[in-house]
Amino acid sequence: MGYAAGVGKTYKMLEEVQELKAAGVDVVIGYFEPHGRKDTIAKTEGIEIIPRRKLDYRDSTFEEMDTGAILARHPQVCVVDEFPHTNVPGSERLKRWEDVEVLRAAGIDVLTTMNIQHLESLNDQIWQISGIRVRETVPDWVVQQADEVVMVDLTPRALLNRLQRGVVYERAKAERALQNFFREQTLAALRELALRQAAYEVEHRMVDEETGASSTDGAAVRPRKQHKILVFVTASPKTAMVVRRAKRVSDFLGAECFAVAVQPSGDLSGLPAADREAVERHLNFARNLRIETRILEGDDVASTLVDFGRRNHVTQIFLTRPRRKAWSPTFSRDPMQRVIDLAKDMQIVIVSDREPLPR
Amino acid sequence: MARELRRKTPEEALRECQAEEAVAHKGHLKIFLGYASGVGKSFRMLDEARRRHERGEDVVVGAVQPHVPPEVEPIIRKLEVIPLRTVGNGTAIDVDAVIARHPSVCVVDGLAYNNPPGLRNPTRWQDVRDLLEAGIHVIASINVQYVAELREQVKAITRKHVDQTVPLAFIQDADEIEIVDAPSVEPMEHSPDEQLQAPEYEERLSKLRELALVVTADVVDHQLNEYLECHGIQQNFGAHERILVCITPRANMQEMMEIAQMVAKRFHGELMVAYVKQPNISAADQSALDARLAIANAAGAHVEVLEGDDPAATLLEFARSRGITQLFVGHSQRTGLARLRGSPLDKLIWEGHGMDVCVFPQ
Repeated sequence: MGYAAGVGKTYKMLEEVQELKAAGVDVVIGYFEPHGRKDTIAKTEGIEIIPRRKLDYRDSTFEEMDTGAILARHPQVCVVDEFPHTNVPGSERLKRWEDVEVLRAAGIDVLTTMNIQHLESLNDQIWQISGIRVRETVPDWVVQQADEVVMVDLTPRALLNRLQRGVVYERAKAERALQNFFREQTLAALRELALRQAAYEVEHRMVDEETGASSTDGAAVRPRKQHKILVFVTASPKTAMVVRRAKRVSDFLGAECFAVAVQPSGDLSGLPAADREAVERHLNFARNLRIETRILEGDDVASTLVDFGRRNHVTQIFLTRPRRKAWSPTFSRDPMQRVIDLAKDMQIVIVSDREPLPR
Repeated sequence: MARELRRKTPEEALRECQAEEAVAHKGHLKIFLGYASGVGKSFRMLDEARRRHERGEDVVVGAVQPHVPPEVEPIIRKLEVIPLRTVGNGTAIDVDAVIARHPSVCVVDGLAYNNPPGLRNPTRWQDVRDLLEAGIHVIASINVQYVAELREQVKAITRKHVDQTVPLAFIQDADEIEIVDAPSVEPMEHSPDEQLQAPEYEERLSKLRELALVVTADVVDHQLNEYLECHGIQQNFGAHERILVCITPRANMQEMMEIAQMVAKRFHGELMVAYVKQPNISAADQSALDARLAIANAAGAHVEVLEGDDPAATLLEFARSRGITQLFVGHSQRTGLARLRGSPLDKLIWEGHGMDVCVFPQ
């Protein structure tokens, strides 16, 4: 895990590969992205590389990891660079991390690399920090399945030096990068996020191993009561942001998480097509993050949601910010405002937009 | 941790910006932080020294550990070493010799040693401070166990007391800090002590590892805030979760504080409590309030008493100035006509842009 291109993730991974090889482990490179970096390329010396698979798409030829060939070769350990990569259409699987799941299911150990900005639940915070909407994301549960997460650190100053020396990208690309993503404060904030995530990953693995027993020094405090988080899913484009944040908080608190939409008919058929499509997309998004979803039936959206919460011992409801009514919150028909007024016995979390500073 | 590394007020930041300009001639300090011996700190540090040497920088080694790992030896052979001074049973950096030689960069492996008595400084980190003052850049390494302020936390994990430490402020003020991370099993493979190859040892290492990552994140956060403040950038990145619990004399504080503490702990975040002074409050309310502020203090929260005519606006202004990411507040008790124009809670909800607003049962 790193926080930017050029911090040395692939180099560090290949160093470990060389050690494994020296120790007699059968290790191959399943996918490696050289980016023209000489030091890194030198580290592949003597390691078997499984040739990439060529795929044609829209008059171009793309190269992808040949998962079938790796399975046939069946090494003990396989190196797969750039874990969050999206495969070209026509590949067997949409995402490289899904290919990695296939390799692991076959009993092959995998070493892989990713940057913090590709973690799904941090997508809005990354947008806030860098002004970049990262499209290639990895769901948090996929990263949680890793046996180990190791932070590859480099100070922003050293990274900027590398960039200026042309070690990371060729000159034109390096100059663009320096003006955008690679600004000192952006890098520092991403690095801080990566360090905190790595600390969480270490703690999370300890808590799991302790099978719930609280540790002696209180470093791994368990919640006294079990938290249950309910996400209110609507057609609003801000729903994805609420889902991500709710998932992140529930992971950190060790809570259960549900995502719920409410419709008078109990399904989505009564909605205009665009809204139906949006609600379906949001429910799907939640399911992909391994959140249980439900569509509730009820004419009064807010009270149906709150009743469901009470019956299911929900402790926290996550919402988008209610629309401001100039004249009165008391008689508001905004469902968000109504949920806040109805659920005074529950914790309500109004999730904020996380917006970058305008340049 | 959170209290020592709290966000600075703008005045403090300004003072430090000015202080920084005054010492522009000072050497730069870069620290490699690890969580145990065997994670590869010495190698990473000396590898950087080698690369700098190969790029033409004048690098000397001022101190190495008594037992050098085999992969480090060939690097040391390529570099000029200024031998340690031996005084009685102890050794120390030969500060005078290094200053007389005046290299561009001096490598100091193991920052936390105590010097033998009778030398210019009692500890090695003070020697390093002298080298920096003399305009020599230093790259140094340290284990998280030896950070003075973490001594109690470390003792709870390792059940060992360390008496050679470096103050956190010295590490925070380093120009750069880099963590050397490795899976918890790696130091075990390097451990000469067979008895320590047990699951408890692995757990102990994991806890130290977590601590090292959090300390590094806190130092990065501290430096980031300094950078933003020195450059006048008004931006909250939200990389560090900061929780502000807003209290009133009647707030049901227990649940809010319990959850706030848990959230702060789980996110390795910072916990603050604020109260906006209300005019003419009754004696009963005042004593209820004092009790709540005492609970907050006991919980280790940073407590702030604010003044302002508009409680919601005052809280939001404070929250923004401190980079709050989660605002905890009680449900409004007002109903009907009293809410026609919106309660303070409504205002917090509508205007709390940039932070999650968590509303608690009363």
